[in-house]
Amino acid sequence: MSAPETPQTWGMLAEFDSADALITATRKAREAGYTKMDGHSPYPIGEVADELGFPRSEIGAVMFIGGMVGATMGFLMLTWVSWVEYPLNIAGKPYFSWSMFIPITWELLVLSASVSGVVGLLALCGLPMPYHPLFNVPAFARATKDGFFLSVEAADPKFDADATRAFLLGLPDVKSVEEVPA
Amino acid sequence: MATVTAPATGAPAEHDVYTDDEQLIGGRQTLVTIGEKIGNVCLGEVPTPKGWWIMFLAGFTLLQALVIGLAWLFYLGTGVWGINSPVFWGVAIVNFVWWIGIGHAGTLISAILLLMHQKWRTSLNRFAESMTLFAVMCAGIFPLIHMGRPWLAYWLFPFPNNMAAWPQFRSPLCWDAFAVSTYFSVSLLFWYIGLIPDFAYLRDHAKSKIQQIVYGMLAMGWRGSAMHWRRYEKLYLLLAGLGTPLVFSVHTIVSFDFAVSIVPLWHATIFPPFFVAGAIFAGFAMVIWLAIPIRHWYGMKDLITEKHLDVCAKIMLGTGLLVSYGYFSEVWMAWYSQSTYEWDTTLQRMFGPYGWSYWLLILTNTIIPQLIWFKKFRTNEFLLFLVAGSVHIGMWFERYVIIVTLTRDHVPSSWGRYAPTLADYLVMFGSLGLFLTLFALFMRFLPMLSITEMRELLPHKAGGRDGHAVMENAK
Repeated sequence: MSAPETPQTWGMLAEFDSADALITATRKAREAGYTKMDGHSPYPIGEVADELGFPRSEIGAVMFIGGMVGATMGFLMLTWVSWVEYPLNIAGKPYFSWSMFIPITWELLVLSASVSGVVGLLALCGLPMPYHPLFNVPAFARATKDGFFLSVEAADPKFDADATRAFLLGLPDVKSVEEVPA
Repeated sequence: MATVTAPATGAPAEHDVYTDDEQLIGGRQTLVTIGEKIGNVCLGEVPTPKGWWIMFLAGFTLLQALVIGLAWLFYLGTGVWGINSPVFWGVAIVNFVWWIGIGHAGTLISAILLLMHQKWRTSLNRFAESMTLFAVMCAGIFPLIHMGRPWLAYWLFPFPNNMAAWPQFRSPLCWDAFAVSTYFSVSLLFWYIGLIPDFAYLRDHAKSKIQQIVYGMLAMGWRGSAMHWRRYEKLYLLLAGLGTPLVFSVHTIVSFDFAVSIVPLWHATIFPPFFVAGAIFAGFAMVIWLAIPIRHWYGMKDLITEKHLDVCAKIMLGTGLLVSYGYFSEVWMAWYSQSTYEWDTTLQRMFGPYGWSYWLLILTNTIIPQLIWFKKFRTNEFLLFLVAGSVHIGMWFERYVIIVTLTRDHVPSSWGRYAPTLADYLVMFGSLGLFLTLFALFMRFLPMLSITEMRELLPHKAGGRDGHAVMENAK
């Protein structure tokens, strides 16, 4: 096999000094027309997600639907068991004593909303994902420590190895730019 | 509030330097030092302190008592306990309520204080959440083994079965099974979600292969992506929002176990708020008990400052006053209602054969905590530790007093006595062993404080975001 002229690359990774520099860099990259990018930081920075065009997450809707389904199914289960399937006369209370069903309905609402939120987070983020090309860059370990990174994927229509590297190097407060092997 | 921190007057301050204006982070901390201070303990780069070994070995020894107590109980049945007519709920239920109460402060710190923008929660939430999980585990043992046939515990939950039988959904005991299992599950999820970014830090900075693999698996490939953080923060906020009413509902349901019955002094509307206040009171006492060793053994005085202890002590005092109001209200209602049974049971409670436990309760839960009004008792760790210990004893006796009320029923012919046996005590102190063992392992292998949230708490100039702004950022 002949050595490839241009090695397969996943994209470019630029490191910045501070959260504010990452916010500025993301905005400039978006204004320059890049679309397939992501920020990486040791703690959440809402402004980066805003600049990436992800102003609102889906988690609220996921949890609302999960909670409503759980509560409805729970209440119907309680009603069906106590009224239809296994009617018990408890201290002369009506079979459909709905107020007695509220505690369990509430607990099931919380449980199903929480579980759907966590499953939703993992599913939407594509986790667990033990391998990712970004982990090939040794410096990326700082993304969980004190590093603020902006990655631009090669899949971006505007991506060009040399031009993108030059663009990232031109951003304010940039520390380094590295190529991410695929 | 004041933005300029004047130099300490009078007693010398523990630190002269604080990273932030609110004196929540001591020393000069940065993103790197925070991670190393907390993470190096998990990565084994900090020598294991002697105190840790004492805690672990003491806990592990007591854990053997639990094993023996359970083996004895399962072999011979609940007859080995002191329970008999008229007291069918013995110390097993006392311990259940005691542990679940302790658990509640963890969720309170994590969830309610998050919603209330309390920055000081950040140093405490991780170990308080762990405390919740382990306390709920200890609590969960007691109703199960109290059943007599614990292998049939799953009958508490509804499932189609060939007996064509279903649970009795109008019973608070059935609600309890749902409440406690939901509480445990949601606390576990909240705890784990908070740990994921910290696991990622440990994965990236672990030295040994085994640490890299284990923390790597637990981190699930977290890479701090801005898109992921956006969803993560929203989930965190919503879990806190659900967790808050959940805490109140769980302890309310626990109190319904008593209040829905018609036993005099149990059948009272004060029970739910009274129980919730007691839970927070007990939980903060346990947070203080755990924070003090963490400060000393692991040198976390920079991250859990005197200010944290001061605030915890004040909350303990405040909830203690609510609990004391509950004691007053019980007596007042019994007298004012002119119900023979209520008032007579009150007199029996105060001056009957178990009167000593009532006055011990008043002493340890109402009188001794008043010492916290003095600043010395809020800032001197040793004294604060003692007051918190008094609260632990008091909260145990609070439930004991409720239980022994059963010895004086409506009909004098059914009156009786109750005394726990050795088998009761083995399981009771054994559960403490389980808690200590689990907590010691947690201190050694998992980040005791949230690395991520402590970093966010750092002021801007130190590389942070000036506090957890999840309320504003979660979208």
